[in-house]
Amino acid sequence: MALSERTFAVVGKSVQKIDGLGHVTGRTVYVDNLTFPGMLFTAMHRSPLPHAKILHLDTSRAERLPGVGAVVSYRDVPNNLHGLLTGLGVQADEPLLAEHEVCWVGQPIAAVAAADEDTAREAASLIRVEYEELPAVFDPLESLKEGAPPVRTAYGVYPNYYLYAGQPCRRIRYGDFEAAIQKADHVITGTYRTGPIEHAPLETQVSVAVPESNGRLTVYSTTQALYFTMGLLASLVGLPLSRVRFVGGTVGGGFGGKVDGATEPITGLLALKSGRPVKWRFTREEECLYSSVRGACHLEYTDGVMNDGRIIARKVRSIQDSGAYNRTSPYGVNKNANHVAGPYRIPNVWVDGYCVYTNKQPTSAMRGFGVFEATFAIEVQMDRIARQLGIDPWEIRFRNAYRKGDQTPTREILDSVALIETMQAAAQAAGIELTATQRALSSKEPRA
Amino acid sequence: MKQRGRGIAVLEYPTGMNQGGDPSQAYVKLKPDGTVDLMIGTVELGEGARTVMAQMCAETLGVPYESIVVRNEDTDTSPLDTGTFASRATFMNGNAIRKAASEARKLLLDVAGKELEAAPEDLEVVNGEVRVKGAPERKKRISEIAAAAIYGHNTFIAGSGAFLKPLAPIDEETGAVDAAATVAWGTVIAEVEVDTETGIVTVERMTCAYDVGQAINPALVQGQIEGGAVMGISSALFENLYPYYPSTEHQAARFGELQLITAADVPELRTAIVEEPAPNGPFGAKGVGEMTANAQGAAIVNAIYDAVGVWITELPVTPEKVLRALEAKQQARESAPRG
Repeated sequence: MALSERTFAVVGKSVQKIDGLGHVTGRTVYVDNLTFPGMLFTAMHRSPLPHAKILHLDTSRAERLPGVGAVVSYRDVPNNLHGLLTGLGVQADEPLLAEHEVCWVGQPIAAVAAADEDTAREAASLIRVEYEELPAVFDPLESLKEGAPPVRTAYGVYPNYYLYAGQPCRRIRYGDFEAAIQKADHVITGTYRTGPIEHAPLETQVSVAVPESNGRLTVYSTTQALYFTMGLLASLVGLPLSRVRFVGGTVGGGFGGKVDGATEPITGLLALKSGRPVKWRFTREEECLYSSVRGACHLEYTDGVMNDGRIIARKVRSIQDSGAYNRTSPYGVNKNANHVAGPYRIPNVWVDGYCVYTNKQPTSAMRGFGVFEATFAIEVQMDRIARQLGIDPWEIRFRNAYRKGDQTPTREILDSVALIETMQAAAQAAGIELTATQRALSSKEPRA
Repeated sequence: MKQRGRGIAVLEYPTGMNQGGDPSQAYVKLKPDGTVDLMIGTVELGEGARTVMAQMCAETLGVPYESIVVRNEDTDTSPLDTGTFASRATFMNGNAIRKAASEARKLLLDVAGKELEAAPEDLEVVNGEVRVKGAPERKKRISEIAAAAIYGHNTFIAGSGAFLKPLAPIDEETGAVDAAATVAWGTVIAEVEVDTETGIVTVERMTCAYDVGQAINPALVQGQIEGGAVMGISSALFENLYPYYPSTEHQAARFGELQLITAADVPELRTAIVEEPAPNGPFGAKGVGEMTANAQGAAIVNAIYDAVGVWITELPVTPEKVLRALEAKQQARESAPRG
C-alpha cells in the first residue's frame, strides 16, 4: 500500500481520546475506588531469607486473631505449582505460596484477610515459620559457574539456568562466525550491563475478589491481560472459566508490571475461603520489593569489522538475571536473542542467550523486554566501533542499516524497513545536517 | 566545567509476542439506531487503546467515530485478547476488529441492498449513510438500515473476528524462527551537558523519530513517544533499584529512594513520525508502545562520550560512574609516557 493510496476518514486523525475527559477530571473509576459491604483486606507473610528449607509452618495464632476472616497457605491452593509460560511449553516452576523452601527475600508464604489493613498485617506477623538456611547466590555470573549453590531444590533438580531444548542457552547460529572473525580488519569487544528497574506505575497492583451469590467469583483487577490472569487464577484454584469473571480494562499504567498476577490469585483464594469480598492494594514498598521487576542484563560483544565500517561478524553472550523463578524471563531471553545483533545486516552472527536464576526477587517483562537491554549494548558498541575506526557514528549506522529484503539472524526476510528513514527524519527534526549522499539513501534500494 | 555533546542510537522493534501465538478477538454489533457496540478484551493502560480501536472500527464500517461504544471491561461480554503488552494491541486487535467490522458491514449492505433495491456490491458507506455508487441521491442513513434490519428483515447485524499469528517453532540448531509479525524502526538523538566537577548529566534536548507503519491517531502516537522518552531518560540516568547490584542491600522501596525522573528533568522533546506501512497491519499500522523507551540510554552515553571522551558501559549513568570514568581517564593521561 503506497502512502498516496491511503485515504481514510477517521484513521490517521487525532480524534479526542474516548476516556480522556474522565482521566483529567478525576472521574474515571479505577479498581482502588471500589468498595463492597463486608470487604476484607489482605496482608502477606513473606520470607525473610534468600534461601531456606521450610521445616514447619504455623498459621494458628493468625487464624485466632479477632477480625481475621481467612488465612491461606500452600495447603489451600489446589494447584500450587504454576508457571506463566506453560502455554509456550515452559515447565511450571513456582509455587503460589511456598511449601518446601523459600528462594528469595519476600517470597509469599501465607496470606491473611482481615477486617482492616492493620489487623491483616498484625495477623501476618503472627505466622510462625521454622527454617533451615541454605546457601544463596545473587550474581548471575557466579550462579552460572560449576559448583555454584543451587538456587532452588524443591521441585526436582534444576540447573541454575533455563534449558532451551536441552541447552544451557538459547542459541542463534547464522553464517560462519568463526571463519568471518579471522577475516576481519578489526576485532572490537565490549561488555555492557543494564540494571534492574521497577515499572513504577502511578497505580499499584490492586484486585478485589467478590464471591457471588450464584457461586461465581468476580475479580476486579488492574491486570494488563484479563483472560491471561483469569486463566492463571482459574487453574490455581481449579475452577472452570464459567465460574470466574474478570472485570477491569481501565488501568493506571502497566509497563509490563501488571501481567504476572501479583494479587489476583491471593484475593481469589481468600474470598473463596472467607466467603467475603477481599481486597489487596500493594503499597509502594510491596510494588518495589515484591512484584516482578525488569531483570539486570550482562552482555558481551565480539565484533569483526572491516576498515570501511562494515560489520561482518558479531558474537553476543547475553546473560539475563531471572531472579528465583521463570515468570516470563525465558521468553524475554528469546526476544533478546532475536534482536541482540541489532538492526544491521551482519552476515555472520553467533548468539548465546542465558536465562539465569539467582536468589532474588523474580524478574519479568517490562517495556521493551529484551530489546531495551540489547539496544543499550548494541548502540554503545556501534559508537565505540565508529570512534575507533574514525568513522562518523551516523555514517557507520547508514552503512550497516537493514534494507528491504535483508535477512535477519533468525532468518526472517524484512519487507517493511524504515531505519534509514527514521534517521533522516530525526536529523531533520533535530536540525542536524546530513550529507547529500546520506539524505538520498533509501531502505527500499539495495546497498551500494 | 560543563561540556556539551550529542549522541545517536537506533533500534528495531518487533510487533506482537515473539514467535506469535497471541490471539485477539473482536465482536461488533449494531443497535437499532445504527450506533455500534465494539466488544474487545483489550486493556486500556492510559495510552489510548480504546480510542484507536474505535477509530479502526468506525473506519471499516464507514460510520462516525462518535457512534462507537467500546466495551472492554468484562470477560463475560468481552471476547479474548492475549493482553496489552508486546506492542501488540493496535496490530492484533486492529486486525481482529477489521474482520469483525467487515462481517457486520457485509450484513449491513445486504439489508441496505434490499432497502435501496440495489446489489450490495454497488453500495458504499460514507459518513453514516449507505449510498448507491454513481447515484448518491439513492441513499439511506445507517440508522434507517439498522432499524429495517431488525423490524423488517429479521436480521441481526453483527460480526466477529479473530486474528492469530500462529506460534512459530524455533530451530534448535540455528535458532531460526519466524518471530515478528512486523518490525518497526526508530532513532533517538540526545543532546547533553556534562558537569565534570559533579558528574551530573543533564539532557538538554531529545529528538525521537519512529516508524509506526500508519499512525491511527497521531496525537496518541506522540503521547507514546514523549512518555517513552521520559521513561527512557529516567532509566538511563536516575533509577537505581539495586544500587549495589547484584547485592540486594539498600534496595529502593519508595519513590524517594528510587529517584524517578521528575517534570523538572524533562528536556525539550522533538518528535517525528515515519509511516512505512506493514502489509499485514491494520491500515498498515505497527506497534509503537515499547520501542519509545528503549534507545535513550545508548544515545545519552554516546552523547557523554562526545562531550567528555569517556565511555559509561553500565546503566544507570550515575554521577559517581561519570566521575570515576573521568578520573580514570585523567590518571591514564598522567601515567602515559611523555613525548
